[in-house]
Amino acid sequence: MRYEAPSTLENAVALLAGESGSAHVLAGGTDLLVGMKSGFTEPDLIVDIKRIDGMHTVTQEDGGWRIGAAVPGIQLGEHDGVKADWPGVVEALELIGSTQIQGRATMAGNLCNASPAADSVPAMVAADATVRIAGPNGSRDIPVIEVATGPGQTSLAKGEIVESIFLPARPVRSGDAYLRFIPRTEMDIAVVGCGVSLTLDEGGTCTAACVALGAVAATVLLVEDAARVLIGTAVDDAALDALAAACSAAAKPIDDKRGTVAFRKKVSGVLARRAAKIALERAKG
Amino acid sequence: MALDDKLGVKDRTFKIVGTRPNRPDGIDKVTGRARFGADMNAPGMLTGHVLRSPHPHARIRAIDTSKAEALPGVKAVITAKDFGHVPDDMADVLDHCLAGDKVLYDGHGVAAIAAVSPAVAKQALKLIDVDYEVLPHVTDVDAAMKPDAPVIREAGGDETVPDGMSKNAMHRFEFGHGDPETGFGEADLVIERSFRTEAAHQGYIEPNACLATLAPDGQAELWCCTQGHYAVRDMCAAILGLDKGMLRVTASEIGGGFGGKTTVFIEPIALMLSKKTGRPVKMVMTRDEVFRASGPTASTSSDVKIGMTKDGTITGAFAEFRYQGGAYPGSPVEFGAMACFAPYDLKHVKTVGWDVVTNRPKQAAYRAPGAPMAAFATESVIDELCQKLGLDPVETRLKNAASEGTKSAYGPTFPQIGVKATLEAAKAHPHYAAPLGPNQGRGVATGFWFNFGGNTCVSLNVNADGTVSLTEGNPDIGGSRASMTMMAAEELGIPYDRIRTVIADTGSLGLNDVTDGSRVTFAVGLSTIKAARDAIRVMCERAAMVWGIDPDAVEWEDGHAKPAGPNAGQFPPMSLAEIAAQASNTGGPIAGHHEVNAEGAGVSFATHLVDSEVDPETGAVKTLRYTVFQDAGKAVHPSYVEGQFQGGAVQGIGWALNEEYIYGEDGKLQNAGFLDYRVPVASDLPMIDTVILEIPNPGHPYGVRGVGETSIVPPLAAIANSVSNAAGVRLTDIPMSPPKVLEAIDAAG
Repeated sequence: MRYEAPSTLENAVALLAGESGSAHVLAGGTDLLVGMKSGFTEPDLIVDIKRIDGMHTVTQEDGGWRIGAAVPGIQLGEHDGVKADWPGVVEALELIGSTQIQGRATMAGNLCNASPAADSVPAMVAADATVRIAGPNGSRDIPVIEVATGPGQTSLAKGEIVESIFLPARPVRSGDAYLRFIPRTEMDIAVVGCGVSLTLDEGGTCTAACVALGAVAATVLLVEDAARVLIGTAVDDAALDALAAACSAAAKPIDDKRGTVAFRKKVSGVLARRAAKIALERAKG
Repeated sequence: MALDDKLGVKDRTFKIVGTRPNRPDGIDKVTGRARFGADMNAPGMLTGHVLRSPHPHARIRAIDTSKAEALPGVKAVITAKDFGHVPDDMADVLDHCLAGDKVLYDGHGVAAIAAVSPAVAKQALKLIDVDYEVLPHVTDVDAAMKPDAPVIREAGGDETVPDGMSKNAMHRFEFGHGDPETGFGEADLVIERSFRTEAAHQGYIEPNACLATLAPDGQAELWCCTQGHYAVRDMCAAILGLDKGMLRVTASEIGGGFGGKTTVFIEPIALMLSKKTGRPVKMVMTRDEVFRASGPTASTSSDVKIGMTKDGTITGAFAEFRYQGGAYPGSPVEFGAMACFAPYDLKHVKTVGWDVVTNRPKQAAYRAPGAPMAAFATESVIDELCQKLGLDPVETRLKNAASEGTKSAYGPTFPQIGVKATLEAAKAHPHYAAPLGPNQGRGVATGFWFNFGGNTCVSLNVNADGTVSLTEGNPDIGGSRASMTMMAAEELGIPYDRIRTVIADTGSLGLNDVTDGSRVTFAVGLSTIKAARDAIRVMCERAAMVWGIDPDAVEWEDGHAKPAGPNAGQFPPMSLAEIAAQASNTGGPIAGHHEVNAEGAGVSFATHLVDSEVDPETGAVKTLRYTVFQDAGKAVHPSYVEGQFQGGAVQGIGWALNEEYIYGEDGKLQNAGFLDYRVPVASDLPMIDTVILEIPNPGHPYGVRGVGETSIVPPLAAIANSVSNAAGVRLTDIPMSPPKVLEAIDAAG
């Protein structure tokens, strides 16, 4: 196994593109190292991106926030600007692991690990976040939801690397929230996760909404029916009932050691309702 | 054993016992200096690794190790065959380490490798070819009891098992007296229910580890993390055909055991690999291996029937328990069947227990083995009877409680016991009267454990500078070095910090039974006190010699020898240090010893109160408030007694709510790690409040009773009762994980 820590993105891309064996990007390493220790992952090449300029920075751009791929949870958790605009996203990221893990774990890593249960992903999808990908053929931007294609699988081509994540400018009178269900209170993996982002007009009517579910399908689900039933309402009890029903209907979970189909479908609706209420309060300011 | 009249507990005012000094191993533990199982290394050491079965049940047709042996860096490859014939009582122990003709569970050891590095070993494991004939498997206890279930052990059960039963039923137990049917006829309400509990692991944080050296001259050294290094010595010596005296076992510091480290999983393998290679071999189990191939507790299924009159008298009680203890006989069903009705004075009571085998790892002890699951079933039915008859659950238990002179449900007649005291204390506690909010429920349960004494050997040496070295042979799991030091200091009349207690290796003291049965503070404490008294006798003799008076004319008080009365002569009291300083001139070193197979351990009872809140939309359970009331006889170091109460409650909470072995249809364990085997984290728990009751045990000089195990007996039932009361529906299946609770709530509509 080779370990490389290039200082430029170009070198990182070249290393990854040139490797004939299995190549892995190392940001925080909180998934990669665990996989290696347990024998699931046996890389031939590890490319550490933490020495690359810009990977650690959070910068304002077009009223939104561009977050480097190696920015750990603890850094975003102390970033007043991002927290004020996208509290749901930051809270989702901060749910991952322990304080020690937070010092390392990154949102980009959480995304590229492509676990259906990744906490930060439904929150990013609800926030309409995009990803900037660098590769042998240059750079491209895609929506977060297009990165994971299945458990552990991404749409990234050989040699491609996530460079940054972009959270767009937060519209006025809008709010977001993420909730997950776990059997414990922390140090756990989502059995169901739900991110909600919504925007109100001056009269308190919902004009835009985005709802995403985690851990109830092979990838994070963007539930368009759930957004539709909120838009045009005051996000009242009837709308919340419809939201819950839409999320329960959209969830396509499996029975496994963490939960049953019936449980996950029901809890999808319960969490959507609870997350929407928090997002609503935030939108109202 | 009668109380020592002069130094007995009744009139005694303690100076050190009952205080809370710092533990002597504290700084080592918090600085990382303490050496645990994996912290020992030796020059030229090899690393040992085990190849484990991917199948839950298969015949081994052949094992080809030639390719692995040919790999550079591999020094030895062994299978069970390398051990040859072992004594009958060790056959299952060895088979659980390395399989014989069949693999019996997912993770069962098949072969082992000693190599120069973990990387080489890992590569070599892949080069071992095992030809398996896969057989049908069964991992569920009820499925294993069906007559057409896959047979795990062809020989089947013993003479207690009726014809026509599944061959997986190994043994049938029966306890009780009277006739429950007669009792049910006298009842106003009879409730019959069935229950299930899934297997839990002890969840010790430190994985099993050892370092073994077996030289060609037959002398062997073994360092390992264990609850009982004498037991490890005896098992390994028998399995490897060594003389006990030639194998010296040293216990490391231990990162938890809870009964799980009372047997061997890797130690005989490491010794055999060392024998074959002539080099030290170190083995450290991974967490995956610990879950798949150590000794979790049993999973159970049970049927309980209890009758009660309108005024709360239990008229008849019957329970039938089925425990699977893995692929080998020996599940703890016997203890469950004996313990469950022990808190009560019953005219008609009967329990039946079935020991069942399945394709799972061989169970090991887990804190009050067998009792928590049985108490869950019986205490749930008692709670439901109280609920339906409109009776107070604490008052009703008090009404039926056993006391001195009660013929227990398992046979013996009780001496002085504390079950009523725990219930009275619960009744009087503010917790019991505190208001509850919406979706909240309160649960109460009472539990019992036998406790144990056993073989114990202690040596106490008085040093020339007046310090004392206390040597005992039981690994310190719950603060026992502090407690032993305190009892020695109390008896000798010297300060706590003048005594250092060490855990000796097997070559330094006679037999000490395993740290189990909540025996150490009782039996090692008793022996420590007697060893101190033995040393005091010697010191009195030495003082008498110096003074030229009769030894009988000298008495010991506050750390000093002094003339027993005015007729003995006028001499100023001589301190322990003064006597010790002159020891060379008065007959040589001063020491005290005590060796005993201790009896009179004294049973222990506990009552637990818990408030839970259930989220009716998700089935999530939050433990809001928890109070333990338990009889400790005499709390030597109250902080560690409280720690035992709290630890048992917390392990019980984990087991009740989320911990479980999850086997798939394929017979493989699906959650061999701490992500999906969910022990509670700190934020899951409220402060566990404790109330220590002290009803002296007449079998111990200070009245001590063991406290380590009783505390895990009530929580499964107490939590189930509180969750059932909060959810408005009776939960009968443990763990009460959120999907199960939500399903029960939704089904109840």
